[in-house]
Amino acid sequence: MAAMTYPSDLKYAKSDEWVRVEGDIATLGISDYAQDALNDLVYVQFKPVGTKLEAGDAVCEVESVKAASEVYSPVAGEIIEVNSALQEAPETINADPYGAGWLVKIRVSDASPLADLMDSEAYKAYCESR
Amino acid sequence: MNVMTKQAPKELEPLIYDLSAAGRTGALLPDCDVPPSELPAELLRDTLRLPEVSELQVIRHFVKLSQLNHAIDKAFYPLGSCTMKYNPKLNEDMARLAGFAQLHPLADTESSQGALALMYQLQQWLGEIVGLKHVSLAPAAGAQGEFSGILMIRKYHLERGDTKRTKILVPNSAHGTNPATVTMAGLEVIELPANDGGDVDLDALKRVCDERGDEIAGMMITVPNTLGLFEAHILEVVEIVHNAGGLMYMDGANMNALMGVVKPGELGFDVLHYNLHKTFSTPHGGGGPGSGPVGVDDKLKPYLPGPIVAILEEGSDDEAPLYGLVMPEKSIGRLKAFHGNFGMHVRAYAYIRAYGAEGLCDVSRHAVLNANYVRARLMDTYKIPYPRYCGHEFVVEARLDGAPDVHALDISKRLIDYGIHPPTNYFPLIVPEALLIEPTETETKETLDEFVEVMKIIAEEARTNPELLHDAPHSAPTRRLDEVRAAKQLVLCCRPALPEAGD
Amino acid sequence: MSGYIPHTELDRQQMLSAIGVTTIEELFEAVPATHRFPKIDLPPAMSEMEIVAEMSALADANEHAGDFALFRGAGAYHHFIPSAVNHLLLRGEFYTAYTPYQPEVSQGTLQATYEYQSMMCALTGMDAANASHYDGATSLAEAVTVAMQVTSKRNTVLLAHSVHPHYREVVRTYHQGRGINITGDDQARTLTELAALIDDDTAMVAVQYPNFFGQIEDIRALADAVHAKGALLVVVANPLALGLLKPPGELGADMVVGEAQPLGVPLSFGGPYVGFFATRTQFVRKIAGRIVGETVDRDGRRAYVMTLRPREQDIRREKASSNICTNQGLMALAVCIYLSLMGKNGMRKVAELNYHKAHYAAKQIDALAGFSVDMSKPFFNEFVVQCPKPVREVNQALIEAGIVGGYDLGADYPHLQDHMLVCVTEMNTKAEIDKLVELLGKL
Repeated sequence: MAAMTYPSDLKYAKSDEWVRVEGDIATLGISDYAQDALNDLVYVQFKPVGTKLEAGDAVCEVESVKAASEVYSPVAGEIIEVNSALQEAPETINADPYGAGWLVKIRVSDASPLADLMDSEAYKAYCESR
Repeated sequence: MNVMTKQAPKELEPLIYDLSAAGRTGALLPDCDVPPSELPAELLRDTLRLPEVSELQVIRHFVKLSQLNHAIDKAFYPLGSCTMKYNPKLNEDMARLAGFAQLHPLADTESSQGALALMYQLQQWLGEIVGLKHVSLAPAAGAQGEFSGILMIRKYHLERGDTKRTKILVPNSAHGTNPATVTMAGLEVIELPANDGGDVDLDALKRVCDERGDEIAGMMITVPNTLGLFEAHILEVVEIVHNAGGLMYMDGANMNALMGVVKPGELGFDVLHYNLHKTFSTPHGGGGPGSGPVGVDDKLKPYLPGPIVAILEEGSDDEAPLYGLVMPEKSIGRLKAFHGNFGMHVRAYAYIRAYGAEGLCDVSRHAVLNANYVRARLMDTYKIPYPRYCGHEFVVEARLDGAPDVHALDISKRLIDYGIHPPTNYFPLIVPEALLIEPTETETKETLDEFVEVMKIIAEEARTNPELLHDAPHSAPTRRLDEVRAAKQLVLCCRPALPEAGD
Repeated sequence: MSGYIPHTELDRQQMLSAIGVTTIEELFEAVPATHRFPKIDLPPAMSEMEIVAEMSALADANEHAGDFALFRGAGAYHHFIPSAVNHLLLRGEFYTAYTPYQPEVSQGTLQATYEYQSMMCALTGMDAANASHYDGATSLAEAVTVAMQVTSKRNTVLLAHSVHPHYREVVRTYHQGRGINITGDDQARTLTELAALIDDDTAMVAVQYPNFFGQIEDIRALADAVHAKGALLVVVANPLALGLLKPPGELGADMVVGEAQPLGVPLSFGGPYVGFFATRTQFVRKIAGRIVGETVDRDGRRAYVMTLRPREQDIRREKASSNICTNQGLMALAVCIYLSLMGKNGMRKVAELNYHKAHYAAKQIDALAGFSVDMSKPFFNEFVVQCPKPVREVNQALIEAGIVGGYDLGADYPHLQDHMLVCVTEMNTKAEIDKLVELLGKL
């Protein structure tokens, strides 16, 4: 089994989402640890573009053969784009969770919850302790 | 590049559609003996894509399919929490008696006294076995029994004007049906942790009841719990929830450990559902039909799902009473059309008749004996959490020293090669790599000994030849299946281009 | 030893000793001592022959379709079941198996379920069917859940009053905790009146085909009205009638549900039956219950497996839309075998027999003085008869002559006092129909 990766330019939530913030746009995905735990993903269902979010709201649901999991936004804002290529090829999330497997882009209205997220070192330690 | 092409292996059995040839039929139907009426052409369908096969083709097709199944009638089936005990043949014959099988559900009361008497008697017996004297046979399955139980609890509080009680306590070891039921009833789950001993964490329970007691509608709990353990402090649990004003619901999935051992009604439970297809030997049918009657105490009697059978006119020494179907006064309503899975009631009646009171006590005692025997004999080989006697089933943590890459699933699939159905995998969720093993009372010591030997051989194989397990099963009709492909491609029905007659 | 328990005294001693106890009772130490080993008051055990005698007597106390000419339907139908169905159902490999969690040793159940799903798609004209629900009524209740999810913010469900009364009750039972506005049957008596109630809050409309009174209504027109408002149309269909009638899928249904009991399942005093559930591809991920899909094994061999599992309660827990665990596996198998035997031509023939016999009976009864039959709309194998006397009295006279008469509509439909719903199937011979007509004429 390949070692898990934890890119250092991202922030991580305890519920295994990663987020990258550029200006007021946050890109969101699930971590390598999460995709591995969920196993082969077969389906993604997004909330529609334009959905207003509070921090902690679900942005989509990912499904594998044996599990379903909601993906939560750590920030408040509005969904401005979803990675619709995943609907045809959800396995991209498994193959490239931090790149082509990104899930949604959010225009952030309140970035303050970002301060509570983990950096890659802390998240790595958190994952290894589980 | 040297590409090797491999021929797809021969399929096990073609689809019935693939056996079809235009013009064949498998049914001998009569000609019309009345003057025909004109058919309304504009309402008629153009085509109907059903197979056209002979009776013998049908027989061979389904006989071949049947032979691809594992079943109780073939071999050991220790599938935890499912109680795969022997399904007596007599019961099948009884359910097929013309007076039962050909009785219309809306037959007049006077025309269905035999069936109603049977249902009434079964209500009484089931009530006596668990100490909750009012029983409705209406629920079609355990999940419906659960659903009706929670709806009754909900309505009981609402009728008393107690509208704040919207939360149901559910231990984290519970089967998924429990929380799903709560949501379906429009209530919310509060999950309770288990302590290290596998019991409900009493401190956590007390805390919730202290802080939010006036929101607690009730608690759902399985006894013995899904780990196969009798809750060590069940009386305290009942008392704490009752003191908070909540009602106690018992999931009767594991009643096979309790007959003549304890009456849940005497422990203080207010409502319980039975699984006739588990405890009372009605067949599982490849996944249904089940039957999930529900029993309650006096305070919930008016809320029972209906209809139930009542005595309309008392009998005498010479005359039987007149039985009839009635809707309880504040019933939560009807759960299905008509009045429950009657064919299952007939089978359960025959089963209870065959055992009597002492016999049913023997059932539970031997179910528990068998489980503890297998547990004791596997203890040296497998990690068995919770060091105490189990009920009718027990859980193994399928992690073997010296075989780090072998999982519960691999052990399960390898059991198939030895002709044994795997135990329940990955449930309960709170035990990693769980294998839940339930032998049931109808298995001989010889069968149990063989199972133990096989489990020991597999543990050895896991260390010396783990690939053997990863690739298992080797001798089943199929190898492991590509479930990812099934979920992605979603081929859910065949769309054959059948030749139309006359084409 | 009791019943079906195989243990000898020697077995017990050896097992107890392996466990390290001397009595079975010691294994129950965790059960509160104050309540341990209570007395159960049940009659003593019986031998197999005694059970047969007692239960045969109970069975014989019923007036059933084996001995009586049955003209009652109303949601449960007496149809011919070829012998082969029962012989195959009695194969222990089918009926003593459980849910196919281990697909490698369950291909029989899985493939038969897949074939059943395929046949239900063919009958209904839909894209996908699940492995079945408890019965037709619960299939309808589950359709409500799907419609509420699909249309998300809408909160009204309209039920035609010509949907089976039990089905409407079950919808209300299932959804009593969810705050849904369930109406229509209390406001409208025709589909035109029902269509007028559809608005922007309407999630779905349910209609029966043929309806509870046996009539074939204009589903197509209703479908247009439903879809114009963005709601879903659910059709409760009699699958035997679909041997003859246009499939609801062709008429604009979004979900087709119903009771498959007419297809090879005995009356059995109301159960076990089997609810079918078919829909369009776009809603597949929203539906409850088991679904079997095609796949391959590691060697590339075609095989079948339960799929879309994450919708189900054991995985999704409190987030699941339904708590259903199983299906009516054995009954779905019966339907699959029945439809295989009948095939395309047999289904058409049976459906036509029902149609012709019902129309023959209806015309004769309508000609009787004091009786009239509602033939204002096309009908299949059931029709409403207005009687000159209370239905109870009519049926009393009939049963004495060996006939089970129609269903009394007065209790469910107060405006239909003295009206009975008569059902005629292929099981009713011309002689039986003539006798019914003759007896009614003498009333």
